[in-house]
Amino acid sequence: MTPDFFPALQKALTTAIPGLMALEGATRLSGGASQETWSFDAVTGSRREPLILRRSPGGAPRVLGEYSTSVPLETEAAVIETVRKAGGAAPRVRYVLQEADAVGQGYVMDRLEGETIARKILRDAEFHDVRPKLARQCGEVLARIHSVDPAPVRALLPVIDGLTQLRRYRDTYDAYNYPHPMFELAFKWLEPRMSRASRQALVHGDFRHGNLLISPKGVEAALDWELTHIGDPLEDIGWICTNSWRFGQAEKVVGGFGDLEDLLAGYQAAGGARFEIDEVRTWIVYGSLKWGVMCMSMYQGFLRDGSVERAAIGRRSSETEIDLVNLIIHGKL
Amino acid sequence: MMDQPSILELVDAVRAFLEQHAMPELKGRTAFHARVAANALGIVSRELKLGARLADEERERLTQLLRQEGTLDELNRELCRRIREGALGLETPGLKEHLSAVTRGKVEVDQPHYSGLRQSAS
Repeated sequence: MTPDFFPALQKALTTAIPGLMALEGATRLSGGASQETWSFDAVTGSRREPLILRRSPGGAPRVLGEYSTSVPLETEAAVIETVRKAGGAAPRVRYVLQEADAVGQGYVMDRLEGETIARKILRDAEFHDVRPKLARQCGEVLARIHSVDPAPVRALLPVIDGLTQLRRYRDTYDAYNYPHPMFELAFKWLEPRMSRASRQALVHGDFRHGNLLISPKGVEAALDWELTHIGDPLEDIGWICTNSWRFGQAEKVVGGFGDLEDLLAGYQAAGGARFEIDEVRTWIVYGSLKWGVMCMSMYQGFLRDGSVERAAIGRRSSETEIDLVNLIIHGKL
Repeated sequence: MMDQPSILELVDAVRAFLEQHAMPELKGRTAFHARVAANALGIVSRELKLGARLADEERERLTQLLRQEGTLDELNRELCRRIREGALGLETPGLKEHLSAVTRGKVEVDQPHYSGLRQSAS
């Protein structure tokens, strides 16, 4: 069934897509609490253009929470276009919704071919040949994102360095008032290492499975730029290497598909800086700690709504603690 | 003394009911949540089996490490405070061993198949 706002969306797209006759095949894709994602085709004469709409839920403005560093959808669109124009792996934005369109906040972009589900990327036969190449490609993709001149969007983006992020998660952890000695040790371990980081670049902010569009040819694009900001480029590298995103393939440090050495080599070959394994370790520790505190937040959510799913995720904070033990105490990646 | 079945037997029976009888009848989000619920009962079952021993071992190590007595909650809060203030650190004899052992115990209850648990053993 075509959603009720699609006639208004079609009207809004008439200038951006010349000869537009109809919007067909509207399908709601899995959407988060902070946005709706719709897949549809724009029919123009003999052609069909595959498109994606990202829109705030029900078209209402994106709710920017106390701890959230989400950017507005318009900013997300501006960053994606800035990255794409600089040669980065991001989809082309076709239209940013205006208030007069009465569709809400959001934007329309090209729908690229590929898969985002980790289980398929890590196990399905069609990705068998490309899997060993993905770590290097992630390095290349990240180097290009991090080398983008952020000037056109700088005023729109928050600057969040490592120490600021660490303090934010420390405050969140403290507010929950439940003792996790391994998290305490990780905070203590990270403080001196984070304070040395002074690099500033445009970072994606959530570079991991689910937001990486991968085809049998390779990494096609980085999606979901909701958490983009100006920060330390190592944040993106550490996050895709966090064990929580390896989906059981712990020995493949990068996303469960590749080796960190390959990612770093690709990063450098594409013009990025040379990073040491131990610098990345710092940001993997940060990634595990961050996900651990997020699991504690899930328990707080459970207290409000009684969801069995949130309750279960609350008990996953111990997974991040064993990852922290492996990283800090045993020196493993 | 309560009558039979034991709570462990009850939990395992409810879990088996969810997995073998309820889940095949369910679809979509509800089927997914039934799986999550069954997995949560798995945590309950393992904690019933392992919890008391793990808690005893944890308290014993904490008492030695901190040289004070208290409940598990009190001892853990004290450990957190000392790590935070820098009074205890990686160089403190026994701290690494304690954190490693206590975390392994938690994951054995919460997610015994988690990859990080394998990693920590190798």
